[in-house]
Amino acid sequence: MTALHYQLRVNGRTHDVRDAHVGESLLGVLRDRLGLYGTKGACEQGECGSCSVLVDGTLVCACLVLAASVMGAAITTIEGISPDGVLSDVQQAFVDCGAVQCGFCTPGLVIAVQHLLDDNPAPTELELKEALSGNICRCTGYGRIFAAVDAVVELRSAR
Amino acid sequence: MSIIESAPRTGGRGRLGDSVTRPDGGPKVDGTFAFASDLHADDMLWGKTLRSPHPLARIVRLDVSGAWRIAGVACVITADDVPGSATYGLIESDQPVFARDVVRYHGEPVCAVAASDPDTARRALEAIIVDYEVLSPLVDPDAAIIAGSVFKYQRVRRGDQALQGDVQVEGTYELGMQDHAFLGLEAALAIPDSGGGGVELHVATQWLHEDRKQIAACLALPETQVRLVLGGVGGAFGAREDISLQVHACLLALRAGRPVKMQYARDESFHGHVHRHPARIWMRHHASREGRLLRVEAKYVFDGGAYASTSAAVLINGVTQAQGPYACDNATVDGWAVRTNNPPCGAMRGFGVVQGCFAHESQMDKLAAALGIDPIEVRLRNAMRTGDVMITGQVMHNVAPVERLLRECAALPLPAAPVGGFDHDPLRLPGGVGMTADVARVRRGVGYAASIKNLMYSDGFDDFATARCVLADGVATLKFATAEVGQGFVTIAGQIARSILGVDDVDLDRIDTLIGSAGSTSASRQTWMSGGAVHAACVAVRLQMFADVARDTGIAIDRLAIDVDAVIDTRGAYRVSVAEVTRGRVFAATEVYRHAPTSTLDDDGQGDVHVAFAFAVHRAVVDVDLDLGLVRVIQVATAQDVGVALNPLSVIGQIEGGIAQGLGLAVMEEIVLDNGKVRNASFTDYLLPTTLDAPEVVISLVEEPDPYAPLGAKGVGEPPTVSSTPAIVAAIRAATGIDLHRVPVRPQDIALASD
Repeated sequence: MTALHYQLRVNGRTHDVRDAHVGESLLGVLRDRLGLYGTKGACEQGECGSCSVLVDGTLVCACLVLAASVMGAAITTIEGISPDGVLSDVQQAFVDCGAVQCGFCTPGLVIAVQHLLDDNPAPTELELKEALSGNICRCTGYGRIFAAVDAVVELRSAR
Repeated sequence: MSIIESAPRTGGRGRLGDSVTRPDGGPKVDGTFAFASDLHADDMLWGKTLRSPHPLARIVRLDVSGAWRIAGVACVITADDVPGSATYGLIESDQPVFARDVVRYHGEPVCAVAASDPDTARRALEAIIVDYEVLSPLVDPDAAIIAGSVFKYQRVRRGDQALQGDVQVEGTYELGMQDHAFLGLEAALAIPDSGGGGVELHVATQWLHEDRKQIAACLALPETQVRLVLGGVGGAFGAREDISLQVHACLLALRAGRPVKMQYARDESFHGHVHRHPARIWMRHHASREGRLLRVEAKYVFDGGAYASTSAAVLINGVTQAQGPYACDNATVDGWAVRTNNPPCGAMRGFGVVQGCFAHESQMDKLAAALGIDPIEVRLRNAMRTGDVMITGQVMHNVAPVERLLRECAALPLPAAPVGGFDHDPLRLPGGVGMTADVARVRRGVGYAASIKNLMYSDGFDDFATARCVLADGVATLKFATAEVGQGFVTIAGQIARSILGVDDVDLDRIDTLIGSAGSTSASRQTWMSGGAVHAACVAVRLQMFADVARDTGIAIDRLAIDVDAVIDTRGAYRVSVAEVTRGRVFAATEVYRHAPTSTLDDDGQGDVHVAFAFAVHRAVVDVDLDLGLVRVIQVATAQDVGVALNPLSVIGQIEGGIAQGLGLAVMEEIVLDNGKVRNASFTDYLLPTTLDAPEVVISLVEEPDPYAPLGAKGVGEPPTVSSTPAIVAAIRAATGIDLHRVPVRPQDIALASD
């Protein structure tokens, strides 16, 4: 196995990845090499969305992406959503509306909702449900998550 | 998207009754909350478990030498390396830490390794040689009964055993094996004490002290040398009540003398924790021509799998509530929890009542049909009331608003009927885009179900919770060992302290074993039990504070009270803020809350076996594609007996989440077994409800404070899961006319049903 050295651009910062091998997933590298534990792993086969991150603005499951394949791309993780410690409107709505219970799915869902609403400020019910259908939440039954999205849509449209 | 009939009270000062947001909400949305899987230590090793690929086999040879030869492997442990008890278990210590001569289920641990990184640990497992003599597993629960392979038999006999009703209905009902599928996989970090005398384990669990007891026994250490700290828990639902990786992680850490982290992958998680008992239940209901329930006959068979776990308690829950939320004077019930070579089953949200409820609610619908009356009407005629005697002889002392729940649920708004019939809107039709063959073959159905669920621990168990409150300089600090698994006890605890003490700031101490046990986060018990303990500790602290004020001011202590944020004289002008009163002073109290004792059942299943009960009614509306057998659950309406909604937002979250799990059991979730082997240990093959499956949920919270509950509030976690499943199946029956008797209802059960 040839050791690999490369760089990843995560949340605007460049990180060195040393002595890696080519088969490592972006999820594994983010967590175990870069110490960015906000991105969660729960199925590692792209079914649950817990590891949702943005790669050049595209929503992906980090477990399905080879880390070495996204050299040079702009990667956004949950740590990049509120870098100055102030919660984003989506994050605040999740807290206020009761969309968080155990919270394991939450970082992935925040990324997915942020991505959806930045792209489509007023999604229809179908668009919303389809956009989030790759993010499984086992605690909430999704009702309060929908309520949080509605709250953000309303807030943003009032601005 | 929910419509809540009784609107949540928002705002307020974070007191009881307010829809307070979670104290851990911020860290959970910004990714900084540390789940057990996020923990790490310098110089830590990674532990991994080797598991049996066979449901039953003799271990002919176990050769771990290959693993030792791999660079980076620090330690390999087998059954020979367990210094204390070779087994563990919640009720009966029968589950081996590692299999020794025989493996009894697919996935049973055989040995474990610790290595410098996960890949090395994986390669070490591959280098271990196990030769198995594969045997024929016992997988049929009926065969297990005949073979005497039974964990527990319990019967219930009450009243006239020969009584025959003018109207009789019977049926046999089956439930598949459901998994909790919490998202946060099993994970722990074990840190050995320097010197090796003990260990500290950070773990995602439901019950720190019970884990500690079982771990210490296996390690042959005094409990004081085993300290547990709650790692962030990513959901539980019953699956974290049993030991999974706790003993393995501690053994590896003690043996290696270094911290060891273990975390399961999803497939291992399916093998590594217990599941909901699959069940087959036969029932015959006897009723008068007026629709009065006269006698229930039932036979329950729960498949407990290879090890005991909580099978005995699950069985008792089921058989003692076989009548459902109805008055019935005569009962003939037999129940078996059997031992097979299927995966072990134990606690899951609803705990034995889910299975029985599917059977008795299917029966109530059959009874309604036989009588020619409405499903709601037959339930109203038999609704249990406070003061009724249950089939165990126990008197229902709790608030039992079954009739009100039925009426309120039935009155909740129905979803709009499809205008001019079903159209081609892909969102509305079963199966979604491109899946519906013929719009003319889609049918809507409505179904009801009602449930009773016991709260807290039953059957003579000494059930208690401990909490400490310290009040100083206007800040209350709470400590308890209550596992926060996502349900929101941390929110409720702060609300209690603010309400009792008049403070705004509440700090929560670390959740660990440095205080007495809180009992398990299960059986819908923590708001009642740990809430009772926090309440008692806060009341004791308030009394100390009042005593100081009384001494300083000469005002009689019984005239002092808390008003918003101040201590006041209820008959005078004295009013000083709590912050001022407590400046430079420290008041502290530790209290233990115990519920009223329960008794064990006698041989005829008679006794005051349960502490308290909660009720719920669900109504489901479904659309079904008759040709493809696809079901869309359009709406679930519910009226739930909550006692008092201490945090309405939190209650709504429990109800919506519980209904989603009930929906999963109704139409999609099942661990598929093939002669004892798990065939779908992944999220690709074990289907879970997504946003596209989420129905509209309409909720009516029925608030009648329970006089036996310390805060008037009943546990709310389980009832939403119990009767949502049979309501959905009743709706599918109504839509299709098919006599469905098994969950999950699969497409072929509908599409291939003979007319």
